[in-house]
Amino acid sequence: MASPQNFASKLTALVVDDHKIYQKVHQKMLNNFGVKSHVVENGKEAVDIHWHGKKFDLILMDMDMPIMNGIEATKELRAMGVCSTIVGVTSRSTEEEILKFMEAGLDDYQEKPLTIPKLTSILHKIINSNPI
Amino acid sequence: MDQLQRKLRDYEAAMFQQGFLDDQFSQLQKLQDDSSPDFVIEVMTMFFDDSEKLLNNISRALEQIPVNFKQIDAYVHQQKGSSASVGAARVKNICATFRSFCEAQNRDGCVSCLQQLQKEYSQLKKNLQYLFRLQQEFKAAAGSIPTGE
Repeated sequence: MASPQNFASKLTALVVDDHKIYQKVHQKMLNNFGVKSHVVENGKEAVDIHWHGKKFDLILMDMDMPIMNGIEATKELRAMGVCSTIVGVTSRSTEEEILKFMEAGLDDYQEKPLTIPKLTSILHKIINSNPI
Repeated sequence: MDQLQRKLRDYEAAMFQQGFLDDQFSQLQKLQDDSSPDFVIEVMTMFFDDSEKLLNNISRALEQIPVNFKQIDAYVHQQKGSSASVGAARVKNICATFRSFCEAQNRDGCVSCLQQLQKEYSQLKKNLQYLFRLQQEFKAAAGSIPTGE
């Protein structure tokens, strides 16, 4: 099965997830699209990497993480002025939980597990809203 | 080799038909390529390691007096997440039921779910290890693993 041919190769992404399998799978999905990706294990590391001057076009943010969860991390990143597309990716599915996560500052929310079609859609939106 | 290929395809199809695997496993297979030829096996190995630790943790937690249902629920939630990430459908579905018993603080229900979980996980692992063996045999004969398409 041929994968899309690096149409997103100018994009960068940050995977924020404490789950090793999701880290590996999401990073591989991004890499297959040509996206340069970085992985951190919790919200605090996501915030710290931005304090160090790193920027990303896309942040895939898990909700439940130790030290700092996705909701807190998203709020902090937005408060810092981070304008990246932040997509919440979580296995939580009650409306209340999703709403709380969205209100923290997400651009989009996807239920885990992320699939290739879902990621394709996310990347297309980013490219279409920021033509290079 | 045709016979081996047919055997491989039929076995894989049966795993989907019988509900052991769902579409997420197909997603993993689609991610495998020349730059990561063992991607699926690597991910499934992580799942096996993760699951075995979690099942042991759950078992120990159920032996505690009093039972810490919140802790068990946390472990089961992790197991559910792991299972969903690799397409282990039957294991994932048992986790959903298990969480209901944790919420109800029903120890007998939890014990029964743990037994089902251990049984389903063992069967899945056995089936996948056989599938991977067939794939390796095919690869040795043909040079690459056939895709599911």
